[in-house]
Amino acid sequence: MTKFNVINTPIHNVDGIAKVTGRAVYTFDVNLPHMLHGKILRSPYPHAKILNIDTSQAEALTGVKAVVTGKDTLGVKQGIWRRYKELCDEEILARDKVCYIGEPVAAVAAVDEDTAEEALDLIEVEYEPLSAVFEPLEAIKEGAPLLHENAERNINVTRHIEWGDVDEAFKQADYVREDWFRCSSQAHVCMETHCAVADYIPEGKLTVWTSTQSHYYIKVLLSDVLGLKENDIRVISRYTGGGFGSKFELDSAQFCSSVLSMKLCKPVKIVLSREEEFMATKRRTPMFYYLRSGVKKDGTFLAKEARVFTEGGAYTAMGATALYLTGFFQSFPYVWPSYRYDGYRVYTNTAPTSAMRGFGAPQATFCAETQIDLIAEELGIDRIDIRRKNAMYADYEVPGQATIQSCGLSECLDRVEEWIKDRGKLPPHHGIGIAAYGFMSGGIFNWFNTPYAFSSAVIQVNVDGKVDLFIGSQDMGQGSNTTMSMICAEELGVRVEDIRLHMGDTDKCPVDLGAWGSRETLMQGNAVKMAAAEAKKQILKYAAAKMSPNIVYDLDIKDRWVHLLARPERGLSYFDVVKEAIRGKEGQPIVARGHYTPHRKGMISPAYSFGVQAVEASVDSDTGKVTLKNCVTAHDCGQVINPLGLQGQLEGAIAMAAGYGFIEDLPMDEGKILNPNLVDYKILRTTEMPETTVMGVTTYEPEGPFGAKEAGEGLTNPTAGALANAVFQATGTSIKELPITPEKILNALRERNKREKK
Amino acid sequence: MEKQVLRITVNSEYHELYIKPKRLLVEVLRDELGLTGTKKGCNTGACHACTVILNGKTVKSCSVLAIQADGGEIKTVEGLASGAELTPLQKSFLDHGAYQCGFCTSGMLLSATALLAENSKPTVEQIKEGIHGNLCRCTGYNSIIRAVKAVTEGKYEEGSQ
Repeated sequence: MTKFNVINTPIHNVDGIAKVTGRAVYTFDVNLPHMLHGKILRSPYPHAKILNIDTSQAEALTGVKAVVTGKDTLGVKQGIWRRYKELCDEEILARDKVCYIGEPVAAVAAVDEDTAEEALDLIEVEYEPLSAVFEPLEAIKEGAPLLHENAERNINVTRHIEWGDVDEAFKQADYVREDWFRCSSQAHVCMETHCAVADYIPEGKLTVWTSTQSHYYIKVLLSDVLGLKENDIRVISRYTGGGFGSKFELDSAQFCSSVLSMKLCKPVKIVLSREEEFMATKRRTPMFYYLRSGVKKDGTFLAKEARVFTEGGAYTAMGATALYLTGFFQSFPYVWPSYRYDGYRVYTNTAPTSAMRGFGAPQATFCAETQIDLIAEELGIDRIDIRRKNAMYADYEVPGQATIQSCGLSECLDRVEEWIKDRGKLPPHHGIGIAAYGFMSGGIFNWFNTPYAFSSAVIQVNVDGKVDLFIGSQDMGQGSNTTMSMICAEELGVRVEDIRLHMGDTDKCPVDLGAWGSRETLMQGNAVKMAAAEAKKQILKYAAAKMSPNIVYDLDIKDRWVHLLARPERGLSYFDVVKEAIRGKEGQPIVARGHYTPHRKGMISPAYSFGVQAVEASVDSDTGKVTLKNCVTAHDCGQVINPLGLQGQLEGAIAMAAGYGFIEDLPMDEGKILNPNLVDYKILRTTEMPETTVMGVTTYEPEGPFGAKEAGEGLTNPTAGALANAVFQATGTSIKELPITPEKILNALRERNKREKK
Repeated sequence: MEKQVLRITVNSEYHELYIKPKRLLVEVLRDELGLTGTKKGCNTGACHACTVILNGKTVKSCSVLAIQADGGEIKTVEGLASGAELTPLQKSFLDHGAYQCGFCTSGMLLSATALLAENSKPTVEQIKEGIHGNLCRCTGYNSIIRAVKAVTEGKYEEGSQ
């Protein structure tokens, strides 16, 4: 194994100093001369025809510069599904009808936010309310109100996955178990709300600063809806205040500010309020889950059947991918010789549901892991043993779907088992629950229809040895800027401080599809590594000419030292070689490109992370209150790049996923979200966080840069399931509905007591 | 609305401004003084991203009228470091990865700064209480707690490193 100089060293983020000194400029902070402020008028109805919109009074208000409605747009039904036009169903500024509370119907630009807000009250929209439907199991019924003409019974998308002979395998099973689960919604709660500053100039060029996970997607989507050429649009996103899946679709701030700016030829800024953020920026997909599993009495898994109905909300958004991924990851991380999945995404008159960290997998993992504990309990098998018996392993092929190259799952199970043993006897009312999980390292899907490589990188080595690294990936806090700088420094043989990173600007950076689906480390990482290797090759050519080594000797660069691999003491300074190399290239800096697109890697992803998590919780049997005590995670993300970043991803995922497990929810009344603020919508605070322990299990992933794979999103998968199983261990009752609130626990305990009395 | 005079000292610099009396402190800091390090996550006092120190105590600058700070001394994130020399808390935040997206970081640093000014040796429980109001969606807080704890253990004495 090569000794790394940079990789696997805990280093602070390359943009850390800017963040702790308040110098990092987010879109929220962008102020341009003569900039106007925009506000968006939103529908108060869950389902209504728009008969007329009268903007005359608003336009007459002093300080108002423009009011736009859907009629001022090209009326393009847009979406990320550029290969599947029937799934592009959202106009953003509705023209004929609205399908959820919060759907944009008009936008105002004025001299300040207060004036714009005042103008919203002066816009008169004449609606004809239509009957609405809010639950997927209602919306799919014959005769339910229809949201979209082409979607019979409100079915938006269906997904089917199948392998093996499922029906035959069930006949062979000694034990069959069926359960229904209900997975709730969740808000992303990015600390920076969605925002954009659009600046259109008479030359026909548009610049948009925005808080996004993919500047490339936003540029292309804007070109689709505005009728501009892709490269007449520049999207800038240097710092993004959180994303978690909510910021890679085109949003109302980006669209409305662009439309207003194009009308006025002035910069327009729109920042969504926290309430708008909750009501109308998409959310985690709620799911009704039916699971039927057949196993042998020794615990060997034989057959699984899953049926899912998801609450789609009013538009497709990224929900179709969540529907597919929940079906695929329902089989994870185990060997199911036969498996059948049918998923139905159903339109409802609620805010659209979409991608959120884990992308359908946390829902799948909660249901699967809860049911496995129930099966183990019924069969009298140890819960670690049943998982070990059926665990995926390296080189396993998920029939017709994916090949698992590296897999450290068994070792993760061993490590967690040891921890549980060491923990010893628990205090009363405590339980330890476990959940095993896996996740993808970037999606193979190209519904966006990009003709570009999935990730690209450009490197320029300058005369002083400083390296300009241009990447298309987006750092929204997950640390990819640091990861890419480290990969570049390691491969090229320099230090992280030698790298000048350029990102977050479509005019300057090569294309990358963005930070979603845990794709950056593997995909952008491979592109960076390729570019760095190519730059190094160019430098070594000059070194070879200068050093005239025996032709059988290889040269390399490590820590700014160009040397013979076999005789590392014989070498030259990297800085000297670069200087001479540039002279030798007619004064041209060393430039290299790298790119990555997955090929022949199945349907889903080039590589998969694995892990096992144990959650220790106590349950107060009088109040039903759950307290998290410990959360221990054994995680296989291949070769760790930055241990400090990994720990941060893991702890952050626990906070978000535990919140999903027991406190976060978006209750609604007739399509209206009842808690659209940070007082009533609870996320974990300092005092609710458990102790966290990370146990790294290192594998080598052949497809990843230096053997690395994803380490950000998959970590959200296990916690709700592990928490449910901890409650099961502590109380003997299994809760099959998220979030696991005190009320649900008390009800379950009461039911059990009643049954026991009988 | 009549504008009123506001006299405040921000990060040791004196300012005299004419503002509408309904202007919030966060707006004046960000829009009038260009101190955009102070963020706003909710505008209802629920997330504490806008925390600044006013006369030695933390306040949520989205819940204070600027005029209420008249005559006061304010410290924002921009006033923590002295030139290139970061404060012990800033250094410790870096070393412990106590930030990710960075949007809550200013408020978090100011809450922690005020906490340590009042109690230089808080227990872990007191640290948790001290920053309990500050929401963070990225880190899960434990790295922040470790960062503050490390400072209380003297690992970042002023001028060391």
